[in-house]
Amino acid sequence: MSATPEELKQRIEAGIPGARADVSGDGHHFNAVVSAPAFEGLSRISQHRLVYDVFGEEVGGRIHALSIQTRPE
Amino acid sequence: MSDETTNPLRDEISKAISENDVLLFMKGTPDQPMCGFSARTVAILQSLGRPFAAVDVLPDPRIRQELSAVSNWPTIPQLFVDGELVGGCDIVTEMYQSGELQDTLGVDAGPSEQPTTEADAPEAPPLSIENRL
Repeated sequence: MSATPEELKQRIEAGIPGARADVSGDGHHFNAVVSAPAFEGLSRISQHRLVYDVFGEEVGGRIHALSIQTRPE
Repeated sequence: MSDETTNPLRDEISKAISENDVLLFMKGTPDQPMCGFSARTVAILQSLGRPFAAVDVLPDPRIRQELSAVSNWPTIPQLFVDGELVGGCDIVTEMYQSGELQDTLGVDAGPSEQPTTEADAPEAPPLSIENRL
């Protein structure tokens, strides 16, 4: 079953405390703009890892591609 | 961290990362990228005129698997500068737009010292499978 932007949004917001996510995508390629207090003070790499970690092995598999922009808040 | 005692491929990857100032793991080659994200990252690096080494992860799926284990980063491309993961396409693009990438790569930063002759790019990396294609 292919993923939906809504599913990704909900999982990001559930997985990262206080996060707000805007997700667009076609079921395979997604773009997520995520802001969260948890990003404060973290490098971009670490911020993106927090988002990738929500999906684990699914990135590259069921979720073929996930572009991320993060904003500390 | 690793679940296997010896892992030659992983060692090769770590070695390539430490031995190349600027190293891009990508799908395809700089001349023939096989994925839009890799293509965009290559285009940015080329526009900055900084030589870089590239490793194509496509010929063997284990390269990608081991790379992600080493870098703790799930997607391709992955750009390493001075042995550190800088990021994938999104981060590289953002950093390019903000000028941070230029700083990280030591280009376009005025007439400060810059090792231009150190063009160790295309031949150096032991993993650059592109040289065999």
